[in-house]
Amino acid sequence: MKHLLSTENLVASDAIRILDTAEEMSAVGDREVKKLPALRGRTVVNLFFEDSTRTRISFEAAAKRLSADVINFAAKGSSVSKGESLKDTAQTLAAMGADAVVIRHWASGAPHRLAATDWIDAAVINAGDGTHEHPTQALLDAFTMRRHWSKLSGVASTGADLKGMRVAIAGDVLHSRVARSNVWLLKTLGAEVTLVAPPTLLPIGVEHWPCKVSYNLDETLEAGIDAMMMLRVQGERMNASFFPSTREYSRRWGFDDARLKALDDLGMKDTIIMHPGPMNRGLEISSAAADSPRSTVLAQVRNGVSVRMAALYLLLSGDTREAAPLNTVTPAFASPSSKESN
Amino acid sequence: MAENTYLIRGAAILGGEAQDLLIHDGVIAARGTDLSEEGATVIDGKGLVALPGMVDVHTHLREPGREDAETVETGTRAAALGGFTAVHAMANSNPVADTAGVVEQVHSLGRASGWVDVRPVGAVTVGLAGEQLAELGAMADSRAQVRMFSDDGMCVHDPVLMRRALEYVKAFDGVVAQHAQEPRLTAGAQMNEGTVSAVLGLTGWPAVAEESIIARDVLLTQHVGSRLHVCHVSTAGSVEIVRWAKARGINVTAEVTPHHLLLTDELVRSYDPVYKVNPPLRTDADVQALREGLADGTIDVIGTDHAPHPSEHKECEWAQAAMGMTGLETALSVVQETMIETGLMTWADFARVTSFTPAAIGRVADQGRPLEVGEPANVILVDPAARWTVDPHKMATMGRNSPFKGRELPGSVVATFFKGHPTVLDGRLNTPYKHPAVSSN
Ligand SMILES: [Zn+2]
Repeated sequence: MKHLLSTENLVASDAIRILDTAEEMSAVGDREVKKLPALRGRTVVNLFFEDSTRTRISFEAAAKRLSADVINFAAKGSSVSKGESLKDTAQTLAAMGADAVVIRHWASGAPHRLAATDWIDAAVINAGDGTHEHPTQALLDAFTMRRHWSKLSGVASTGADLKGMRVAIAGDVLHSRVARSNVWLLKTLGAEVTLVAPPTLLPIGVEHWPCKVSYNLDETLEAGIDAMMMLRVQGERMNASFFPSTREYSRRWGFDDARLKALDDLGMKDTIIMHPGPMNRGLEISSAAADSPRSTVLAQVRNGVSVRMAALYLLLSGDTREAAPLNTVTPAFASPSSKESN
Repeated sequence: MAENTYLIRGAAILGGEAQDLLIHDGVIAARGTDLSEEGATVIDGKGLVALPGMVDVHTHLREPGREDAETVETGTRAAALGGFTAVHAMANSNPVADTAGVVEQVHSLGRASGWVDVRPVGAVTVGLAGEQLAELGAMADSRAQVRMFSDDGMCVHDPVLMRRALEYVKAFDGVVAQHAQEPRLTAGAQMNEGTVSAVLGLTGWPAVAEESIIARDVLLTQHVGSRLHVCHVSTAGSVEIVRWAKARGINVTAEVTPHHLLLTDELVRSYDPVYKVNPPLRTDADVQALREGLADGTIDVIGTDHAPHPSEHKECEWAQAAMGMTGLETALSVVQETMIETGLMTWADFARVTSFTPAAIGRVADQGRPLEVGEPANVILVDPAARWTVDPHKMATMGRNSPFKGRELPGSVVATFFKGHPTVLDGRLNTPYKHPAVSSN
């Protein structure tokens, strides 16, 4: 793996390798000293063409815990908004010796352009591109689900997949990079996915996706689910006639108090409620649901750092770059390898 | 006599029988076997196909205004190398070709270059703004003798304005060439709407946005008894609608681009903006329908929609990139690959869709004529057995945005005769034709 651009082409063995590595990283996060020297001397650039404080600080924390040097390049308010091209920005970062570029961009495919061109030779991690993909979000979601699912099955997380887990994803699928990345990854890991949305917020061609599609959230709940993932919905979508009003949206597709209660009534005591954040409380999710014991919202944030550490570690220390199996590296992290001094 | 006398020895005329063609003083002076070569420059036509010079109904020459993308000089050099002897220069220059002054300027630049006939297309509306008719009559009466009018790049979407334009051009035998794109259905559109756009998260350009405009326009054309040309038809549904309209006797013609005959939206998975074009690349089913439509005459002509862009407009994110592809120097090869090598068409059919009919649609005198004695010598020689690999850096166009880059294609243009003068010889640019001075009065 040279880049992490999408989950669409991520094979199961690589996905599980990232999740397993994230489990080991998570153990580091539980220690008193949360820092590993694994990426000492390496430079990770957070290149953000779109505001996302949560994603940026998650990647920043991940890179710093691995002792990498971190450069935050907010393209908003920099020369980019005055017309500097992606190409020039990439070449600048290359000249600065970036080993990895974590890119968030409003344009679908921008990370692919960085990876496919000769503008820069760094590892590229997609931190969300337009309405295309957000692979690390899907990986942290899968990580969260896997812990839950293996605990229920009484097996260890490490090495496990999501076979048999029923996941419903509800909301603005059309404009959601989170939904796309999750559909591909969850399918690869063996879960059964149902997308729930108003027909206007589903892309033409969704019938070819490896999942079920429903317009009715209540029927989906009644059929039985193990995880309910709510997607953020922008209220302004009603101005473009994607739905008539936020009230009607909430009634039909929001996870409100009545639906929270329905989980209990239907006997689904172990079903978790997920949200990638930031939440629109009262629109796609009620406060009671967001704050209920079923909610994994904060665990998702926590797991995000572990998953991003795993991605950075595997991309920057894998293959051509002095691979060392993590289980042998972990105890040895305290002593930097001789190669790192220069 | 040798200066302007050429004997093409034994070329297959329109892919048929091999004969000699004697070109003298701008016309085909003789056609037959064993013609005398006395005083003539002899060109060995063995293995070559002789065709009428190609006429492009849809070219963006960018001048005036975007001389960093293309000029009349560079674009018409590319045209000559591609086997064209006439091109229709689209009106979306800067200033827009919406007055007699601008179309005469483009016309004059074309004559000064001397590589092909440059036929300016006039804008339908002032500034392509879709609000008010441009002075179509003044452009028709100008030295440029405009007969084709188009807001290409923009759709004349207001139904009343489109009706008026269709009615008005009847006064001077004009034709309205419509870029069929319903604007509200394509706001922010990036690629064909379908299974690929769903995965890539790119805003879709649905087929219905093209088809609904074509359906409306053929009905308007019937209602007012005018003449409509549909630019770059790209969907199977559009082919169906044009077929239906023709069956009803509506005076509509349609064009297809070479790229829509070969490429599909699967290429967009690379996010490489060289594949970004308007209308967008469609699906394989559309490609097959377009080929069938061209073969059965539903689609009348090839139009390249040659659209050069400076490289910085393509070296960027997909959403930021300009739409358009170069096409003049690859058109013949792509049509050979998709239509002739597939057995769907003969070289005689090729002459119909690239020369005879396009010249008729644009009312271009002295172009698209049969290769007969006494006809103007706009003739090309093609080596159908040649194979070559597309390298945009070796092209005459300033645009490097060829979607066929790196592809091996069949067929090459060996020679182009424009008004009896070889603008291309041995596959290389020769010299331009020198127009006689215009008598001023
Ligand atoms: Zn157009």
